This record gives sequence, structure tokens and C-alpha cells, in this order.
Amino acid sequence: MQRLRKILESYQGKREDIIPVLQDIQKEYGYLPENALKELSKYTGVSEGQIYGIATFYAQFRFKPKGGKHVIVCTGTACHVKGSDQIIDTIQRHLKIKEGDTTPDHEYSLEAVGCIGCCSLAPCIMINEKVISKIKPRQIKRLLPQKS
Amino acid sequence: MKRRMEIILDGQRIRVDEGKSILDAALENNIYIPHLCFRPGLDAFGACRLCLVETLDGRLVTACETPVEDGMQVISDSDRLNRIRRVIASLLINGHVGDCLKCPRSGECKLEDISSYLGINDEDLTKLREFKIDDSIDDSNPFFLKDNGKCILCGLCVQSCDIIGVNAIDFTFRGAKTKIGTFMDKPLIDSICVSCGECVETCPVGALVKKSEKPSREVKTVCPYCGVGCGIYLGIRGDRIVSARGDPENPVNNGRLCVKGRFALNFVNSSERLEKPLIKEDNEFKEVEWDEAIAFIADKLSKYNGDEFAAIASAKCTNEENYLLQKFTRTVMKSNNIDHCARLCHAPSLVALSESLGSGAMTNSINELKKASCILAIGTNTTETHPVIAYKVIEAVKNGSKLIVVNPTRIELVRHADIYLRNKPGTDVPLILGMCKAIIEKNLIDHEFMKKRTEGFESFKEYVYDLEWDEIESITGISRDKIREAAILYASSPAASIIYAMGITQHFNGTDNVFALSNLALLTGNLGRANTGINPLRGQNNVQGASDMGALPDLYPGYQSIDDAREKFEKKWNCKLPKEKGLILPKIFERACKGKIKALYIMGENPILSEADINNVEEALKSIEFLIVQDIFPSETSKFADVILPACSFAEKDGTFTNTERRVQLIKSAVRPPGDAKPDWWIICKIAEKMGVPGFEFENPREIFDEIRELVPAYGGMSYKRLENGGIQWPCRSRDDPGTVFLYKDGFTRENGRAKFILPSFRLFETPDEDYPFILITGRSLYQYHTRTMTSKIKGLEEFKDWKSLEMNPIDGEKLGVREGDFVLVKSRRGSVKAKVRFNEALMEGVTFMSFHFAPVNRLTSSVRDPLSGMPALKVSCVDLIPQ
Repeated sequence: MQRLRKILESYQGKREDIIPVLQDIQKEYGYLPENALKELSKYTGVSEGQIYGIATFYAQFRFKPKGGKHVIVCTGTACHVKGSDQIIDTIQRHLKIKEGDTTPDHEYSLEAVGCIGCCSLAPCIMINEKVISKIKPRQIKRLLPQKS
Repeated sequence: MKRRMEIILDGQRIRVDEGKSILDAALENNIYIPHLCFRPGLDAFGACRLCLVETLDGRLVTACETPVEDGMQVISDSDRLNRIRRVIASLLINGHVGDCLKCPRSGECKLEDISSYLGINDEDLTKLREFKIDDSIDDSNPFFLKDNGKCILCGLCVQSCDIIGVNAIDFTFRGAKTKIGTFMDKPLIDSICVSCGECVETCPVGALVKKSEKPSREVKTVCPYCGVGCGIYLGIRGDRIVSARGDPENPVNNGRLCVKGRFALNFVNSSERLEKPLIKEDNEFKEVEWDEAIAFIADKLSKYNGDEFAAIASAKCTNEENYLLQKFTRTVMKSNNIDHCARLCHAPSLVALSESLGSGAMTNSINELKKASCILAIGTNTTETHPVIAYKVIEAVKNGSKLIVVNPTRIELVRHADIYLRNKPGTDVPLILGMCKAIIEKNLIDHEFMKKRTEGFESFKEYVYDLEWDEIESITGISRDKIREAAILYASSPAASIIYAMGITQHFNGTDNVFALSNLALLTGNLGRANTGINPLRGQNNVQGASDMGALPDLYPGYQSIDDAREKFEKKWNCKLPKEKGLILPKIFERACKGKIKALYIMGENPILSEADINNVEEALKSIEFLIVQDIFPSETSKFADVILPACSFAEKDGTFTNTERRVQLIKSAVRPPGDAKPDWWIICKIAEKMGVPGFEFENPREIFDEIRELVPAYGGMSYKRLENGGIQWPCRSRDDPGTVFLYKDGFTRENGRAKFILPSFRLFETPDEDYPFILITGRSLYQYHTRTMTSKIKGLEEFKDWKSLEMNPIDGEKLGVREGDFVLVKSRRGSVKAKVRFNEALMEGVTFMSFHFAPVNRLTSSVRDPLSGMPALKVSCVDLIPQ
């Protein structure tokens, strides 16, 4: 709460401050916590519904904390052609979460993004900044081991 | 007068006002141009691109966004246009799920219209790639569905939610994933949605649809809930009310409604309605015929003297009925013991404003708020209590008006405010006088107004000079700078309007509060002009009317004093009238306890829940010898009755209601009453007739209204025929008088035509102490109405906001060691009740809130009264909280 107050009070609370404040909140917490958005609504007088509309428009904002291992699946042209859809499906089934979600134990989170710039190695995923290339669905289980 | 323009649309010359769009021009002339995201009354959005038209130079423009120019030539139908439209329409249909025959919007769907107009066929659609549609349905709201698969993203719902300032829904996500969603994509019921249904009314397709059945006919009438008096069309199917929609022609609401007006009117159909007269025998109610009931009552009542009888009129009944009940009390029973619930809401306004200005009503009109350059909303949680007025305040703010909110609770309106003053509960007088002091210090007084139209300014000036800023700051808890800022904003605005409600009046010093506000308006000349004024927002649909009709112990109809106007009324009513002033509402119960009031006639009221300190009322009702309760439902009060009479609801009778802005409006009978229920006026007439007293030979409410017109000068020029379209605001003295939008244009209605500064005193009632350290505020919730006689019959309303809980700031909760959902014993000097805790950060620390819909709350409130108006201090009492 203290951290959030500090962020809010560094702005005047005008409508046009919303995006920079959202960025600051995400920098501080790693995502946009629901309560922080509610406070932002009170501070700016812009309704929480509108703030959510603004935040979801931009790919940079997320609404759930990242997992210990943040898995990014490239869906750029080359990876798409090479079957990134299947990779996403497999990971979703394996981790039992949807794209954009975090596992209940906060171990993993999954995000699909545009091209990550290693098309010759398609299809690829990134686990916490580390690129894993030419990935096949059957590797997923080993790459993303689950406790118990 | 707007300039008329002529354009040539497809070779046809059509005329339209300057500033209108091409689409407006076409629609006004009954020419169809395909469109989806446009609706008259809302801003053009230009999103669907279906209303594209061609100009003479071959440009394609959206008809909804392009203003007309004189001589403009426009083509609305060409191969080129239709080719584009077909692509757009095909894409929309491709992203729209649904089987049209099973869609509730079928027949009214605009996408359907467009598809058939453009002749969209399989060929258009099969060439498009299959699109994965989010076809989830949000079924959480009890009154309407949100079917995402049918949404075409026209944005009309977002716009209608924006206009009323709620903004619960918006476009969320981006590109192909775009959808209309709530905060964090929650179900509507868990969002900030207020369920007003404005979005449902504007949706062109089946994405937002009412769950109710479709009506087979409609009847134009007036909403029976709050004092705003919105015009509605009741939707009727067979003999049941199934829906309602706002009347777009009605000047009060322009088609807008709140959740109660749109979705909570079918209490009329409830199976719990009273259908037969009931007489109590050996503690059990026995059904009887009307003849027997009337004879029984006439016989009983004839045994009581005037001062042993009292009547309580109803702000829910029509003017005609209230008029008759007071006439009955005065001419048949020879008593002035008649009062109604205004004693518990705006009695201080009536007393204070009559004394300072001349009349106790809203000086200006609801629609003027939209044009006020500054609005001071004090002691009113407008979005909860008068939603449709709140829409107008928010609309004004969006158009540049400044809003000052004064309230101990951070209410929803604060989000829209420019200045928010959070004073301690019950400290309005010092705060307002502080504003006056700042205005005098800064010399922002309207000197000419002061000289020509007021009196008593000099003594007021001295009085205010003597106030110390330190004292004001310490009592109100607001810094002098903040008070000055608000004062300067209010005083320097060209037209400033004050709105207030129970937060001002329901105090031990309610009348002083209103005096203070009246002084503030006078000081700055904000009276007697358009878009200004001091505006008490009345709580019940016809509380203004009940007062106008003289359901008051000291005034005849039209606020004519029983001392001065007795001869006039004796002559008109052709009988002797009692001289002695009657009893005010709380005193009726006090006297009843002492056995002085022996017979009581209650029409459409539930005092056992609504009065302050109800322990007392219960005792009173028990000690009364003969109690008549006339209502549409059995109530907590009717349990004590000796006779219960089944009355008609607003939808089963004709008559008039007078709303908060003095607008007299017609209500119409729409359905058959249940069983043997009869209109209240009919019942009163029959009893009077049986008692052998002439003057009650009325065949219908129109005849009663004609008698009212003769006696009440302010209603003199009205007739049912003239009231047909949107009603008339009193005073309306003659046939050609259009009514009065704002009062005091030419002079105040006091003896010398001048308004008077009156010095309010600083008295405070209870302040927290060691034994009772918390302040308890009582108030209303949007989703319930008063003692819930009506709203408890609407199942859907139960799903909203828990009205039974005790709300407190989470910090207080922590100190007490209670969590949300825990129970606490709320104890005041009068009594105690158990309630569930709910946290509400909007409340101040040390302040708790309970809605007055929760029956036992009035065990806690005090019957200590404002000495000037008789208003009990319902708003604020001190309590102790004991965790259970």
C-alpha cells in the first residue's frame, strides 16, 4: 500500500497520467494488481472499467503475477508456420493453465508473443530469458517439470 | 431559433436544422440509411461505417458524423456504397453467433434489418474464413443477459454507460480479441454496474437483452419510486406488468431510468397483494365484503371526537387521495391531526425555505442542473437516492460545470467532483457559514441583489464576522483554505445551484442547516434566476404533492394557514372546521401512548419501521383502540390493525403525482386491481358517505382534481388534459399559464417580497463519547426502497448490495478485531440490534452506516426532534459496537 501511495502521489491524478502510472505499478509489482487499479481509479476519478479497458489494450501490461519460470512462446510467422499453435496447446494441457495465466503454485506462467527474433531456429520458446530452439511438443514435459 | 438547411438526398430535397448530421436529416424525413452504431440522443461514433454516403465530389463520408451544409448533395444508395456495406455487414455477421428465430431481439435487431436491406446471402458469407467467436454468456445480472457472441462492438452500450457516469463497461483487449467487458472481466453483478439497463435499451442486437417477457401493450404513466418522477411506459401482457421503459418525450428523464424504474415494477403482480377487506376478530383477520367493512368503520369512527382521531397520509398515493384524506380528517372527523412522512424528510426545508424565501419546494428545475456552472451537492448521495438526477449532474460536469461535493462519506459522486469537502457528520452549519464568511471576506457578494431583494443582511454579516476560523476548522475538520476554495468557486460561478437531501434535514438542527444554505444562495444572488437555486431533492414520488394537498396539521391545501384561510375553506366545504392546530407525526404516536389518540387511519404508510425510535411507535400502535390500515400489501404495521383495507397500486388507478421539481404529472390505470382492491380515493369517499357527511360524491379522480384546482391557486390553471404531455410545474394559476420553471423571478413570496437572512444556530445533538464512541449514519440504498414493502417483492433486487449490514471503515474493523461477515451488536442509548459487518473504505474512521431499509435500525435512532420542524434526528446517532 505504501509503495502504491508513493507511485500515485508522484502524479497529479489526471486522466492522461494513467498509462505512465500503470507502467510504474507494473515495474513495482511485476504485474497490475487488482487493488492497485482500484486505488488508481479513486485517485484519478476514472472508473475501474475504463482503466481496465486502457490496460488491456496494451500488450505490455499483465494482470497476474509472473510464475517462477516465465514461459514465452513465439508466435511470429516462422514459428507459426512451424507449429507454434501445437506448442501452446501442449503447454496449456501440461500446465493446466491458459495462455496469459500463472499456475496456482506460481511455478510457471505462460505468454504468447510476436516474433522474438530467432526465426531460423523456429519454433522456439523462452524460459526466463533463455531461448530453447526447434522445440517439439514431446519435449515439453521434460522442459517444464512439475513438482509431485 | 436554429437555421433550417436544405440538402438534396438522392434527388429529394429535405430540410433540417443547422448542426444536424446527414443521418439525422434522413431519419427525420423517414429515409433509411443503414446504420448500427448510431442512436438518436447519443453522440455519433462512426465505428460501424455502414452509414457511408457519397458526396457530389465522390468522397465517401459517414452520414452520422458529417454535419449538413446548405445545398449539399448526397447519394445514399449506389453500387459502390452497397459493395462496401455488404463486406462490412458480412464480416459482422461472420463474427456474430445466434439463431435469429430464438433471439429475444428478433424483429427489432438492426443487424437483421441491414442484412435483409443489403440482401446478404450465403455466397457473401461462405467466402469468409471461419472466425472463432467468444460466445460466452454473462447471466449474472438478475434483470438482463450479456451474450458476447452476439456483440458487434458498436459501442452504444459503452457510450450509454459513460453518459450516466458509471463506466462499468468499456472496450477491453485489442484487435480480434476486442470485447465489451467489465473491470478484470468479472461478471456484471460483481462489477460497478448499477443495473440501470440503459445499455440494454440502446443495444441494436441481441447482445444485451432483458430477461423479462415481452409486453403485448404499453401504458404511459409515471414511476412510483423516488421523487424524480420519471415518465415511463409500462409494458403489460395480459393483466401483468412485465416490463418498463423510459418515456423519451418526458422532460424529467428523457427516457432514462434507474434499476428500480426499469426492472422493479412488477411488485404490482405479486401474489401477496391484499385482495379483500379484513376485520380483526379474536386476534385473527377475517375476510369481509366492502359493505361490511365500510359500515364497521363508519360505526366505529363515529364514536370518536376530533382530538381522539388522527390520520397519516401517504406520499405514495396520488394528490387526489391525499386531498381527500385531509378533507375527511377535517370535515368528517373535525380534527387537524393529519400529517405524512415529509415530517421525516423535508419538514425542515418546508419550514426554513417558507420562512426565508416563501415556499418550501425546489426553487429551480431538474433540467436546469445541466446548465448550472457550479453545483453544490451537500448531504445528498444522489447516485443512490435520485439516480436520474445524478445522471444530469454528471452530464453537467462532463459539459464543464464545476461540482462541489460535501459529504462525510466518499460517495460515488466524489469521483466526478472538482472539490470534495469531507466534514464530520452533523457539522454542516459551521461549514456553510464558513463558506459565507469566506465570501464576505473576499467581497464576492451580489450587492445589488442584496440591496433590492433581501433583508437582514447586516445582522447576518455581523454574525458571520464573529465566527472564528479556528472554531470552524475544529468543528468541521476541514481547513479554512479548503472551505475558502469551495466558497470562491461557488460564489464566482455565474449560475450556481445547490442540491441537498436527507444529509441536511434529518438532524436535530435540520432547519438551521437549511437556513444556512438559503443564506449562502442569497449572499451570492443565486436565486430567482435560471440554473441557480436551492433545491431540496424529495424522497418519495408524491411527497411534494402530499404537502401541497395540505396533509399537514397546520396548513390547508396550497399551504394556506388554518388560522387565516379557515373561513375560505369552511365556505367551500360547507361546514365548520376545527380551529386548533393538529399534531405532527411523531406527536401522534406520543399521544397515542398516553391514550389521547384513540383512532388512527393510516393510508399507505409503514410507520413501525420508518419512524425514529420505533420502540415507542410499537407501544403506540398497541394502545390505539381502533386502527385502520389501508395498503397494497400486508405490512409490519398492518399486524396491529383492526381493519385492513386493500388499496390499488399506482398502476391500477388514475390521478396525479407531483415530483420534486413541482411538476404535476398524470398517472394512468394500466391493469385490473387484484381481487377486490379499490383506489384509496374510492375508499375514503365510501366511508365519508356512510358516515353521512356530504362533500365526497366523486365519481373519478378528475372531479377531485377539479375541486383541488379551485382551492389551491398554484394548481389553478391545470387540468388533466393539460397535464397529458409531460405535466406542468406549479405555480400555474390560469388556463394560459405555462407553469413555472423556476421560482421567485419577480419577487419572493414573503409578505414584503424580500427574502430574509435568518441566523442559524450551531447546536449539535449527540457527539461520540466514551460510552458510545461511533457515529451511526442512516441512509438509502439504490436497490431497495424505504421499508421494502414494494422492493421486497422483487427477487432480483436481493442479489445486490447487502442492505442488512453495518458498514464501517476497515481500519475501525481492525481496531475492534472484527472481520467482514462477523456480527456485532450495535448499541445506542435507545436500543440495540445485531448486524453483519461489511467494510466500506468510503466511510470515515469512527463513522458507521446502516441502510434504513433494515427494519430494526430505527430501534437505534433518536426521537429527539428539531424544535423548529419536528424532524427527528434520524441521520446521526452515537453507538457502541460490541463484537459477537
